[in-house]
Amino acid sequence: MADKPAVLVEGLSKSFGDTVALAGIDLQIREGTVLGLLGPNGAGKTTAVRVLATLLQPDRGRAEVFGYDVVQQPAQVRTLIGLAGQNAAVDELLTGRQNLRMVGRLYHMPERDVRSRSKALLERFELVDAANRPVRTYSGGMRRRLDLAASLLNRPRVLFLDEPTTGLDPRSRADVWQMIRALVSEGTTLLLTTQYLEEADRLADRISVIDHGRVIAEGTADELKSSTGGQVVEVRVTHAADVDRAAAVLSSIGDADAVTTNDHVATVAAERGVASVAEAAEALRGAQVDVTDLALRRPTLDDVFLDITGRPAEETVSANGDRPGGRRRREQRRKARQ
Amino acid sequence: MTTATAGTSGATDVVGTPRITLGTALSDAATITGRYLTHIVRQPRLLIFSTIQPVMFVLLFVFVFGGALTNSPAIQPYGSYKDFLLPGIFVQTVAFGATQTAIALAEDLNRGVIDRFRSLPMARSAVLLGRTTADLVRGFAVVLIMTVVGLMIGFRPQFLGLLGAIAIVVIFGFAMSWIYAVVGLSVPNSETAQAASFVVTFPLVFASAVFIPPSTMPSWLQVFAENNPITHVAEASRALATGIGGVAEPLLWSLAWIVGLLVVFVPLSVRRYRRMS
Repeated sequence: MADKPAVLVEGLSKSFGDTVALAGIDLQIREGTVLGLLGPNGAGKTTAVRVLATLLQPDRGRAEVFGYDVVQQPAQVRTLIGLAGQNAAVDELLTGRQNLRMVGRLYHMPERDVRSRSKALLERFELVDAANRPVRTYSGGMRRRLDLAASLLNRPRVLFLDEPTTGLDPRSRADVWQMIRALVSEGTTLLLTTQYLEEADRLADRISVIDHGRVIAEGTADELKSSTGGQVVEVRVTHAADVDRAAAVLSSIGDADAVTTNDHVATVAAERGVASVAEAAEALRGAQVDVTDLALRRPTLDDVFLDITGRPAEETVSANGDRPGGRRRREQRRKARQ
Repeated sequence: MTTATAGTSGATDVVGTPRITLGTALSDAATITGRYLTHIVRQPRLLIFSTIQPVMFVLLFVFVFGGALTNSPAIQPYGSYKDFLLPGIFVQTVAFGATQTAIALAEDLNRGVIDRFRSLPMARSAVLLGRTTADLVRGFAVVLIMTVVGLMIGFRPQFLGLLGAIAIVVIFGFAMSWIYAVVGLSVPNSETAQAASFVVTFPLVFASAVFIPPSTMPSWLQVFAENNPITHVAEASRALATGIGGVAEPLLWSLAWIVGLLVVFVPLSVRRYRRMS
């Protein structure tokens, strides 16, 4: 084999009691690329990251980071990885700078490197002004940025970001995305888990769609989109109450089984391209549905997920920005199975 | 076992075998101790109230019960209840102080801080040793404050013996912290850690020789109290600080308990930390 992958996962399985978190997944990440692990809450994304970060022992299968086995050689793996996101946390009572200094020391970096590296990362993540304030005074976005900075102290060869923007407001999310993109452009190898399709689409080179502990689709964003089929007609109605009527109209011009609705939006496969849009426009006018937007577009990863699993991906993101912790998530997963 | 072979092109790396030496293990633990001590300083109100509490206990017991107890035959040899109480109540303070290890670890676990530590190439014992050492430092400081308050209200110890008493008490508190390390890593949250620790600690502290001599208790309770490690440490501390009664027996029992607790609970808690999921 010419290129040994930076991360290699084969047949990885893990159960918690009766709950199967991972049912044998395979993943590969080439050095310098970004793999997006995409799936809803409870799909097994976090469990996969926990195994790779040496936090959790798998039941079966193997996982390697740069050739080092995460179970047999965890000490080596830990020197190569950085971990941030919902699994790793920053200390609330220490200042931002103290947090970085502590992590640097625990990486056994020389004191001078710890200081210079902390300074550089605080600047890079725009935390200089807040560096000497306790983290409990930080906003959610600042915490994530500090968390990200801490995971980069040791210049990791591979970075695991577990849902780095879950619970953030749109602006903070955009900030974090911009910072992740900058890392990616520098060639950082990255495993990114997310339940946001847009996030995977924007940041990842390749995407593995995971559901119920299995990889159900794999490829680039483009490949996944084209596998779903061609373009769709999307109708955005003025009043949410009209969305079912819009869906009925779309059923009359295309495959009724492929019609989807979501809040204000209904879509159907555009089997005849622009002609389908014209038909839809005509039919909507006939049915007197108030429309704010009517478009022909390529499928999004939402459509991909729906196509593969028969249900939308983003269904369990809590609105208040609360991020479920590991234990609670396992409970949710358990309940979801019953 | 897979090893990274140098001949393969692409992603191979030589990180060597990172060894955790005793030196790095201790420096990691010192970093963690620093973290927890910073927490104490960063929460001034918590610091004030948690310092007032043991002082309040000293004052309450001395002034509420002292009058009645000073003339009890078991207390009389000590001259005053203050001299009987102070070396004993030190043990109560460190025993309850040690429960902080359970609460802090459970909280760190829930917040994901432990996950970060476990993903770092640091010693597996460092978080636990760092936490229990922070308790030891805090326990030592609180016992010193209690001593000063005691001296102000008429506690008259033998000074050299007092140093020995404080040492044995504080080291016993450190050993107890390792029990709570196991508790903290085994319960789902800090509220449960607190409740569980209380259930363990309360009977040990009160059914002991800390406040009164066990000889006044009903016989079934006497059996428990006389074999309770807290009684041994309280009696050793009392004998050292006052010079009254034999030192050797309670001191040997205390050392045996300290060694026993460490031998059982240090490996148990480190194992738990290592295998946590």
